[in-house]
Amino acid sequence: MVNFGFTISVTRAVEYDKNDKGCAEYVALRVPSSSACIGCGGCSATCTAGNLTEFNIRKIQMLMKRGENQLYKEQLHKCMLCGKCLTVCPRGVDTRGMILAMIEYMREK
Amino acid sequence: MDMVTTNNRQWEKYQKEIADDRYYYARSCIRQTFFPGSEWAFIDILRNKLGKDIFDDPKHTTCTGIGYHSDVVPFQTTMTVVARHFALMTEAGYANITPSCITSFGIYTEILHAWEEHPELLERVREDLYKATKREFDVPKNLAHTSDVIYKFRNQIAMQMVHPLVDVHTGKPLRVVDHIGCHYAKMFPSKGVGGAEFPAVLSGMVDAWGGECIDYPERRHCCGFGFRNYLVQANRGYSVANSMKKLESMEPYEPDFIVTNCPGCGMFLDKWQYTISEMSGKTYGKNGYGIPVLTYEEMAGLVLGYNPWDLGLQMHQVAVEPLLDKMGIDYDPEKKYCDADGKLISLPKCPTFLKQ
Repeated sequence: MVNFGFTISVTRAVEYDKNDKGCAEYVALRVPSSSACIGCGGCSATCTAGNLTEFNIRKIQMLMKRGENQLYKEQLHKCMLCGKCLTVCPRGVDTRGMILAMIEYMREK
Repeated sequence: MDMVTTNNRQWEKYQKEIADDRYYYARSCIRQTFFPGSEWAFIDILRNKLGKDIFDDPKHTTCTGIGYHSDVVPFQTTMTVVARHFALMTEAGYANITPSCITSFGIYTEILHAWEEHPELLERVREDLYKATKREFDVPKNLAHTSDVIYKFRNQIAMQMVHPLVDVHTGKPLRVVDHIGCHYAKMFPSKGVGGAEFPAVLSGMVDAWGGECIDYPERRHCCGFGFRNYLVQANRGYSVANSMKKLESMEPYEPDFIVTNCPGCGMFLDKWQYTISEMSGKTYGKNGYGIPVLTYEEMAGLVLGYNPWDLGLQMHQVAVEPLLDKMGIDYDPEKKYCDADGKLISLPKCPTFLKQ
């Protein structure tokens, strides 16, 4: 193969048809309130783990729904399960339940 | 009011005024370098097939579009250079300008719009141009891209058609991908036929000449040209990625060829096929060939029976012979790389994967 001094950039398009939606389907079944999330980020703002690490619940739930599981898999264990996010969610989403369901899914897989 | 009348009335909003004679021709830096036969064919078709008056001015220069969009040339300079073009047009006694390049068309449109909104800019440019060159100018009465002109006369061309866009072996219409340059109607939608939503300038030609346009997912995506994307070598992967996205999207529809109205798009969709094949081994046409890319002048030229080598099709990276065979066009393979006197110039090096 010829080296022209550059590489072909990989697309950043979200491949909804090709990505693994298994985790999103599992979480939707286990935690029905997860579908009410509006992505406001209140959970991430109040998150203790988020203040100390790169853990970000809003981003994780978005990546999960896109099926981009590899991008957040390593972050899940940083949650301390304190549940502060539950108290601030304006939509009453069981955010802690979502994290637990994701961890369960990853473990079973 | 019935549906047809309503639709016709809606469609009227997407039409533009295109002058029907006496054009001042503004050549394109890229087209005359990479597709020199196209500009010759355009002038020849207008003069000898349609009987129009078109003036090809040797004093005309670049519009500075590439430098302008790369933040190298300031707007004031671009305006003054364009004002000189208008002065040349005025001196030659013409009032309708027709640029060959989509970026020039975009530049002219943008400048005319700026002068309309800010008349003080126009006065300043008049002053600058006079100080620099002692020239004066009239603002053009009509600005139409050269593809608009061919679109306007598509039915007259259809009446003189020698090779319609039909597969002579199956009798079916050729499947064509139309690619409209971004600067044609995405910046100023009202200045393009069909606007930004339904650009019909190329599909209108294809329909009139017997072909069939393919509607594929990335039809309106940019080709990746974008000036800054390719000027810096390290960024070219982004440019190729855009072309690749389009080629992969159109591949399942098995197009017979791509037609573009922007010289930059034509160049990149053609030449990046070679680059992609050399970098990844991937080719997009049948049997190891690429998908041929034509300019609309070349398409019109083939339809009107011009010799493919006079149109400059040997300048293309992707081989056009499979398309010529489908259209039933006679050509002499031996003369592909010969000059006007019939002497062999030289043979190009063959690509590793892209069949020639």
